[in-house]
Amino acid sequence: MAGNSEPLSPRAKLAVTAGRAAAAVSRAAGRGSGSVIGGRVALKLDPDLLARLAAHLDVVLVSATNGKTTTTRLIAEALRATGEEVVSNALGANMPAGITSALAGGSKARYGVIEVDEKYLAGVAKDVTPKAIALLNLSRDQLDRAAETRMLAEHWREGLAGSKAVIIANADDPLVVWAASSSANVVWVAAGQEWKDDAWSCPSCGGVMQRPGDDWLCGECGFRRPTPTWALSGDHVLDPHGSAWPIRLQLPGRANRANATTSAAVAAAFGVPPQVALERMYSVQAVAGRYDVVSYLDRDIRLLLAKNPAGWLETFSLIDPPPAPVILAVNARGADGTDTSWLWDVDYSRLAGHPICVIGDRRLDLAVRLEVAGVDFQVFDTAAEAVRACPPGRIEAIANYTAFQDLRRAVGN
Amino acid sequence: MSDSSLRVVWVYPDLLSTYGDQGNVLVVERRAQQRGLAVQRMDVRSDQPIPTSGDIYLVGGGEDRPQRLAAERLRRDGGLSRAADNGAIILSVCAGYQILGHEFVNDLGQREEGLGLLDVTSVRGEGERCVGDVLADVDERLRLPQLTGFENHQGVTHLGPTARPFARVRLGRGNGTGDGTEGAWNDTVFGTYMHGPVLARNPQIADLLIKLALDVNALPPVDDRWYEALRRERVAAATGPA
Ligand SMILES: [Zn+2]
Repeated sequence: MAGNSEPLSPRAKLAVTAGRAAAAVSRAAGRGSGSVIGGRVALKLDPDLLARLAAHLDVVLVSATNGKTTTTRLIAEALRATGEEVVSNALGANMPAGITSALAGGSKARYGVIEVDEKYLAGVAKDVTPKAIALLNLSRDQLDRAAETRMLAEHWREGLAGSKAVIIANADDPLVVWAASSSANVVWVAAGQEWKDDAWSCPSCGGVMQRPGDDWLCGECGFRRPTPTWALSGDHVLDPHGSAWPIRLQLPGRANRANATTSAAVAAAFGVPPQVALERMYSVQAVAGRYDVVSYLDRDIRLLLAKNPAGWLETFSLIDPPPAPVILAVNARGADGTDTSWLWDVDYSRLAGHPICVIGDRRLDLAVRLEVAGVDFQVFDTAAEAVRACPPGRIEAIANYTAFQDLRRAVGN
Repeated sequence: MSDSSLRVVWVYPDLLSTYGDQGNVLVVERRAQQRGLAVQRMDVRSDQPIPTSGDIYLVGGGEDRPQRLAAERLRRDGGLSRAADNGAIILSVCAGYQILGHEFVNDLGQREEGLGLLDVTSVRGEGERCVGDVLADVDERLRLPQLTGFENHQGVTHLGPTARPFARVRLGRGNGTGDGTEGAWNDTVFGTYMHGPVLARNPQIADLLIKLALDVNALPPVDDRWYEALRRERVAAATGPA
């Protein structure tokens, strides 16, 4: 199966064309990339369009609370090693309309590597009959409106039961394991889990989880960590034959090494050897501005996105040690979730020793949080003032979703 | 207090710590320490017995299934009820507030027995989920400033004759009964739907809990600059033009 051998039906063609026209109009009107609106128009004209576009592709779906955009990029790069074209929703439009729009743009592709919002995974998996599904992690996100994490896991579990796809899943996240273990064909990856506070009760029976070392098990029903065949070990990937392959990434941090490990396991399912896949992944630099280092006011500002407690925890572990200054930016607009209570689930005492500058719409919530954590901080009205308060050199800037977009604009990224 | 340190018990962080209510523990701990008090914080997981010797117990919000599990384990354990009988001070939030009442509706749609420490009964609301900022006037007997918080719940809580409303809402839904009440209290047990977390938005409530636990009328002042700035901002945001 190579490329789109079967032509699309006239109706599907019309839908794709109408979608492109709508996207172009949306772009011209200055409403972003236009991919979502284009997809929405196309799906309305032909509700089966997503299934039909995907029918010509070997599809990989990627879902998680954190890391799905980056992992989608890494897998897409790894699969390009086959010499085939890959189509992907690289800009993170991860709901059905955005996915439809992305696939409509890849008429010569063989592979479709698709990031899917957690809530839509089961539905999209039914539509596109994927060959592989990568499941990275599930944790609390957007407290004011997100579905409960265990409900999401249950949704995955029911939606993926009977799927013919190979599931590549994180053996270290009990919720992910529970979601994946309804499937017949699972490749377990020891990708690690730094944030554990959403998996203290057994997703299966509600018992209290025991967590000796890196292991985990439910003392009541026997649900336990499966034996992984792939693992992240330091800065190496261990493959099923026990060979260790070095990870070289431009992207920082343990979480990205975990994403690379999962991506290598996915690539292997399509015949790409881990050393080849990992070599390709080095080319991934910044992902939609994340991890970019921007020169601004004679400082080098590294832009780090962290949207929820698990994301902040992973980010704290990758920043330069003190005395590197840290700018923290928090908003609570619609896309961020309007409840800032989650700030109290982040252990800001880990930033002790760093000069800390606080900005963003909700800088006062963060100020109280840091005051109670007993760390020193300064509050500023603008990014420029915060940057000027830091000595020349490297600054780590950590922001949640819309604060990150604001920050990128402020520093000219 | 049973010895020289203030014992703060955080009930079931593994089940009732989903909405940032851990902040209530951190604020009580911090403000007690700022007054020179030694604090012994005890985080009690749901497979451990609840100590009965605590001075202040904090119970947070949680999702529907963990709420049922927490109620089952608290009933079986009995420690929190014994602590309440001993006169311990208890602050409960959202799902925790419902558990402290006579009964609530669990994730299976069934009536689940609570601990009966507050004379309230909760049901599932018919209308839209209550989500957003809240402003309310606290029961004047408690001599507290205006209450600000964030609510996020489907529950409707009816007060019985021995529970007093903790506050009356100016903005937001509170108990969801339509009568303007928010939360409930008797002399030592408090329940509220307010997240934020509630003690970060209202540090005087944290001080009230400490004063009740120590049986004193006043505490030395602490630097409330950032709390006050946040309170002003949230009150303005709630009352100002959208
Ligand atoms: Zn179990």
